[in-house]
Amino acid sequence: MGGQTGMKEKEIANPIRRVDAIAKCTGKQKYLADYHFPGMIYARMVRSTIARGKIIDIHVPSLPDGYYFISYKDIPPEGKNELWMIQKDWKAFAEHEVRYVGETIGLLCGPDRNMLAALREKVVIDYQETEAAISIEEGLACKGGAFVGENNIFCDMTTNSGEDVTKVFARADRVFEETYRTGFQEHVHLEPNGAAVIKENGRFVVYASAQCPFYIRKSICGLLALKPEDIIVRQTSTGGAFGGKEHFPDVLCGPLLVACNKIGKPIQLAFDRSEDMAFSVKRHPSKTTIRTALDKQGNIMGMDIDILYNVGGYLSCSFVVLQRGVFHATGCYAIPSTRIRGRGVATNTFPSDAFRGFGAPQTLFAIERHMCHLATFLNMEPLELKKKYLIKQGDRTNTNGKIFEEVKLPEMIRQITDASDYYRKVKEYKPGCLKGIGLSVYNHGGAFTGNGEQVLIKAHVKLHKYSDGTVEILIGSTEMGQGFQSACRKIVSQILDISIDKTIYENPDTSRVCDSGPTAASRSTMIVGKLVQDAAEQMRDRYAQEDDFEVETVYKHPEGFPWDQEKFQGDAYIAYGWGAAVVEVKVDPLTFEVDTKGIWVSHDVGHPLDELVIHGQVNGGVMQSLGYASMELLENKKGYFKQDSLSDYVIPTSMDFPPMESFLVDNPYPFGPFGAKGMGELVFNGADSAYVEAVSKAINRKICEIPIPPETIMELMEHGN
Amino acid sequence: METKIDFTLNGKKVSVTSDPMRRLVDVLRDDFSLEGTKEGCGEGECGACSVIKDGLLVTSCLVPIGAVQDSEVLTIEGLSETERGKCLSEAFADGGAVQCGFCIPGMMMAADYLLMGNPHPSETDIRLGISGNLCRCTGYDLIVESIKLASERGQGLW
Repeated sequence: MGGQTGMKEKEIANPIRRVDAIAKCTGKQKYLADYHFPGMIYARMVRSTIARGKIIDIHVPSLPDGYYFISYKDIPPEGKNELWMIQKDWKAFAEHEVRYVGETIGLLCGPDRNMLAALREKVVIDYQETEAAISIEEGLACKGGAFVGENNIFCDMTTNSGEDVTKVFARADRVFEETYRTGFQEHVHLEPNGAAVIKENGRFVVYASAQCPFYIRKSICGLLALKPEDIIVRQTSTGGAFGGKEHFPDVLCGPLLVACNKIGKPIQLAFDRSEDMAFSVKRHPSKTTIRTALDKQGNIMGMDIDILYNVGGYLSCSFVVLQRGVFHATGCYAIPSTRIRGRGVATNTFPSDAFRGFGAPQTLFAIERHMCHLATFLNMEPLELKKKYLIKQGDRTNTNGKIFEEVKLPEMIRQITDASDYYRKVKEYKPGCLKGIGLSVYNHGGAFTGNGEQVLIKAHVKLHKYSDGTVEILIGSTEMGQGFQSACRKIVSQILDISIDKTIYENPDTSRVCDSGPTAASRSTMIVGKLVQDAAEQMRDRYAQEDDFEVETVYKHPEGFPWDQEKFQGDAYIAYGWGAAVVEVKVDPLTFEVDTKGIWVSHDVGHPLDELVIHGQVNGGVMQSLGYASMELLENKKGYFKQDSLSDYVIPTSMDFPPMESFLVDNPYPFGPFGAKGMGELVFNGADSAYVEAVSKAINRKICEIPIPPETIMELMEHGN
Repeated sequence: METKIDFTLNGKKVSVTSDPMRRLVDVLRDDFSLEGTKEGCGEGECGACSVIKDGLLVTSCLVPIGAVQDSEVLTIEGLSETERGKCLSEAFADGGAVQCGFCIPGMMMAADYLLMGNPHPSETDIRLGISGNLCRCTGYDLIVESIKLASERGQGLW
């Protein structure tokens, strides 16, 4: 495709100092818990203690003066008890039914937090308990009776490409089939969830640690029969999110809005860590079965893939997560014929939700394991098989779309195999020698699926030039640590040739800024960044002549990328980020601990917008992926998460993994700012598979499930597969 | 039972009348409005609330205020005023150590404590020095490199 990628492409990759760095270093940056409003009181959630059943009665102790218990009964008659995410199934307060442990039943509100905690202990709820379905299998079997439709299936979709797979499998010489599983994962943004609602000049104002301020006002306005624009949402500096603050803030803000309406005082609800771990959304556990049809020569004829995601008690955005899982199920490979079915299963666990990668990591793990095991089945080295099927420019995707860009995976694989001395080590480390090296390839489709950016999001961007020459970026996109405020200010400063200090980008206030869409889906740089660039270019010609003016840009989907959202056919994504990772390990045969000896990664993020920011994203994303594969075990028993503190749910520390060597390839994307593509999620999507492949070789055992903590490795080594 | 507790906070003599079992993190944030100290977990696992008490790095969520009588406490606000703090901030900013920032005040305290005892740490020393501070954004490499940068720039400060 080539094309124009902006004037100052050469300089843009040079790092700038992040605009928020010093305030964060000195402790001056305010987060939600640092806001104090006159007369502010606090809220504590009263939650369901059972996974499924009916609420018979709620016994609230007599409350001291100034304390309140707020429930669905406090929603005014004209309001509706629903949060509007994708559907409206998740209520602000449970009424007569609970579907998961931790479901919001009420809010206790009052001036003293310790008193609230003591009062909460005295709230007694009588339930009529029903048998709960916790696992995907139990959900499918409708344990306790179906509670979503007749079969507990929230969503069910199929997409096909190439020839009808039934015919392909009928002709096959052999079929290779395996099932892969992934577990829950907790976001562990260092700042727990929190929000506050106040009334200001007769309007409700929501302060929230959140990714998507415009989502919040849409989601909660119906509770008081208001319109979205009647509510102002102000994002507070957000201490990490990773998807955990995409829809979940609605679950805090909805009840708070009802409480503020009733009580009339500013109210803050800030979770502590134990609440945040026990009672917040998680990554979807998955079970993926891949069947591959092979001809006599061992060539892949087609794949039939069945994907199941554990959705939990309410839908939230799970159907969209599932779609992404389906579209990424064949990974970076061109497979002649495919049928991919995905189903979201209702269970009585805390609803699963967005988490960096958004459904892609689960199926990418499955396809990467499948290709490795298939290679062994065919007596090939895994990389040899993977290279044979690597997708390339012009190839068809599993939705009958096209790969438009040059796929630089061969070059990326060369970079990391050279740097890691992969080929020597892969020969030298015999299976079971306790040393192993593994390689994975992965991708991530940029932005919303298909034409969703135009049909659903309709992003707007506004720049305002003031008479003193400063330019304000007025968009709803949020900074949550990823560096977007710095990136946007850098784009404007480059285009207008003004210093970064002359640009302004405050945390969004929905009454002041345009709705540039959610800060999710690796879309901010790619879509919003480009609109900011376009606006700045329109401003450039008028900048010197005019004192005070605004420029607005609106997203328009490029021509020539058809998409059918009913049949899931066409170009699911215009462009992908691409990645390749090598991980080398040594396994201790006594403690079964894994010592990671080296990590080498290469990514194609288009043209880099800031090399230092990208390095930080790569390092952080890869580390989360390695935690996902190795140590982040999160089990659910009877609806309760067994690991509900940072003492027993462990995430990587500075001692757990060595420094990584990171490469980039330059591959400018014509529709992105200065040629940049999305990258925030890509960097999560593949190091897990390389790690598992390395461990699998080191101990000479097949591994089809993550995470693999030392206990699992011990079982595998002692008892075999 | 409330008790009067005298201690030195960021170089100034202060006193607070409080239940001696209240957590130091709450006293710092609520009584002294020193909100740079963050609460990340409340159980001493994440290090976001780290302060230096009598020359030792402690998680202030695990320190009862009664144990602070006659102590010297340094928080991020105090550290930031010093040349050491400024050197660290500049190095963190230049080195790309900061993303969401919630762990960073604690990370700065851990870095200062490390450099006080070891002005020229190796990479392993630095990794060990910040191993009690969790960061979910960065993957640590750029924090490690930034502390190295501060140690190189801050000759004589530690």
